[in-house]
Parts: sequence; structure tokens; C-alpha cells
Amino acid sequence: MLANYGYKDGSGDYFITIDTDKCNGCRKCVEACPYGVMAVGEDENDPFSDQEVAFVTEAERKKIKYTCAPCKPGDTIPPCINACEPDAITHSW
Amino acid sequence: MTEKPEFWRWTESRWTNSDIDLKGKVITAGVDVGSVSSQGVILADGELYAYSNMRTGSDSPDSAMKAINWAMEKTELNLEDIVYTVGTGYGRVNVPFSQRAITEIACHARGGNFMYGPTVRTILDMGGQDCKAIHCDERGKVTNFLMNDKCAAGTGRGMEVFADLLGVSINDVGDLSFDIDEEPQPVSSTCVVYAKTEATGLLREGWPKNKVLAAYCSAMAHRIMTLLERIGVEEDFAITGGISKNKGVVKRLEKEVGIKIMETSKYDPQIAGALGAALFAKALHDKGKK
Repeated sequence: MLANYGYKDGSGDYFITIDTDKCNGCRKCVEACPYGVMAVGEDENDPFSDQEVAFVTEAERKKIKYTCAPCKPGDTIPPCINACEPDAITHSW
Repeated sequence: MTEKPEFWRWTESRWTNSDIDLKGKVITAGVDVGSVSSQGVILADGELYAYSNMRTGSDSPDSAMKAINWAMEKTELNLEDIVYTVGTGYGRVNVPFSQRAITEIACHARGGNFMYGPTVRTILDMGGQDCKAIHCDERGKVTNFLMNDKCAAGTGRGMEVFADLLGVSINDVGDLSFDIDEEPQPVSSTCVVYAKTEATGLLREGWPKNKVLAAYCSAMAHRIMTLLERIGVEEDFAITGGISKNKGVVKRLEKEVGIKIMETSKYDPQIAGALGAALFAKALHDKGKK
């Protein structure tokens, strides 16, 4: 499943996409994120799955443009993406 | 003082399938407490038996209770007869009699699959205060989703605001928006508040009501389109939620997407989330028995 967390507002699209078929629930993104944006737990959109997956925390979903900004100066690859071995995380902006 | 008419007030609904004999059947329920509307759905052995669709009040547990009670009205059922209830929607953790809460994304996919059949691949839920675009497989399992609940542009509440501003019953907005000489440019599509300001200006310029409605429906369709572009639209394409009853938006969106939108279900399209929740309740109950 491609889980798109984030929003679109007047200034642009801000989505963190997690490919739950690739995510192995290793928690490396959680450790890498300095701002607590990422978490790992049961897949809340697939009630019958036992596999734990990464997601963007409820509290951060509506402000990732701001929370994630310090990790994204210029063309820098953010630490969450760098830490993800199966390449399950992408940012839309 | 005369009472101000409430143009936004959409029609609440309830339905019972009187052909179903409840004897010996497993009763499960789903309750969707949304930001604007709440629904209760009751299944008998996985078959749709009754539903209700009403306005959400200020108290989520109370709204959940009212929705399920209204669905059970005129039936022989009591709350105790329901063996498993799943809550969904904004207020999903506030459904006191539920055994589990499941996200509205998962529930809409499952409910949409039931309502529109296994060929549906894209479900767009246009709710009261958010908009969800969901891709699902033939069993109603989510494969891709996107939700926008930060901005009110393109939501049911936005349409309610416009119905009130123009003094047009929300049920008539769709038809009236086509009663125009030519299709106007859409109004601002980024913010309900600014769109309202813009509409007031247009009325002052002498635009007829219907033309302003057309401009707003078109802005809403455009707004939804930009959201849909992110995940794409795969056929078959169905819409759930209150806005799916508004032809003014649906027809214009159909034109923008270039894909035919499935005919609205014979059931109230606002129940998709609660229906999905009730189907999950049935599956979870069956799983627990094994």
C-alpha cells in the first residue's frame, strides 16, 4: 500500500509516502528523525495485517512542511529517507 | 423575530430492509462519526439490514448512540443484539459501544467495494471536512490513499457555506448550477473563506445566483482534481460522501478527469464508511470465533 501522509495547501503539496509493501518495520527512520515525525506500529489502514509498518504520527501530519524543513535544505536527502534500507519512504517536495 | 431558514440542512435518511428475517442471524454494526454527519449501519449475516445518516452533534459518543438508535428504530433490535461493532471516522475512538476502531480510509475502501462492486478501483470520499482519494483492489483492500483534512476547500462544509450565502437549499445546488447561459470561470479554489468573499463580490457585480453556484461547483471540482492527480484515477471510479449527491460538482469533475464516474449507489452514498466498518465487524467477529 502507498500511504500518503500530509496535505496540500495554497503553497504546495507536502506528502510523505510510505510504501508499506517495502517497509520492514525496522524503525531506523524513527531513530533517524530528530523531530518525532515517524513512528512504527500496526498498519491502521489494513486491519488484518500483522506486519508493523512506518507511518507519520497523527500530530505531525498537518505540519510536515514546517517540521521537516530543517532536514531539507537545498538538495539534501532527509535522514529518514537515508536511513531506510528498503527505500520505502519518499517526500513529495 | 422570524427564524432564519437553514439552507445548508441536507436531508437525513434511514432505511430498513424488511425482507430480511433476523432469526438466528449474526448482527454486526458499523458507526461512522464524521465531522459533519454520522451514520449507523446494521448487517444481518453480512447483508445490509438497516442504516441511518444524520447530522453529527457536538458530542461524539452521543452522536454515535443516536445514529445506531435511529438505524434500529422500528426494528426488533436492541444494542445487546449486536455482537460486534466497529467505529470509524473522526470520532471513531468515541463510540462507547464499539469493540474496535478502524480508520475511515480502510472502511471507505471496504464499504465502496460492497456498494459499487469488485470492479471499483478508485474511491473518492468527499466528506464534510475532508477529502480522501483511495485506490483499492477487487476485495476492497487499500492499495494507495491520500487524505486532505487540513484545508476546507473542496469539502461538504464549504458547500453548506455557499448554500447559506446564496439562500439555496443544498439539495438544489447541483441542478441550479447547470441552469446558466454559459459556464463561468471557477472562483478561488484554495480557500472557502476567500471563495465566499469572491462570491459576494460577484453577486454585487450582478451575477445571477446560479452562475455563482456554477463557479463554486467548478472550483470544487478543480480542487479535487488537483488532489486526485497525485495518486491518479484508475477505473472504475466511484464517489462516496455527501458531495457525491451534488451533480454540479460530480458532472464537472467527470469532465475534468475524463473518466466516467459510476452511478451513485441505490443506498445513501454517505453510509460507505459505516458500511465498511460493519463489514469489518462481521469479519472480525467470524475471525474471533475460529
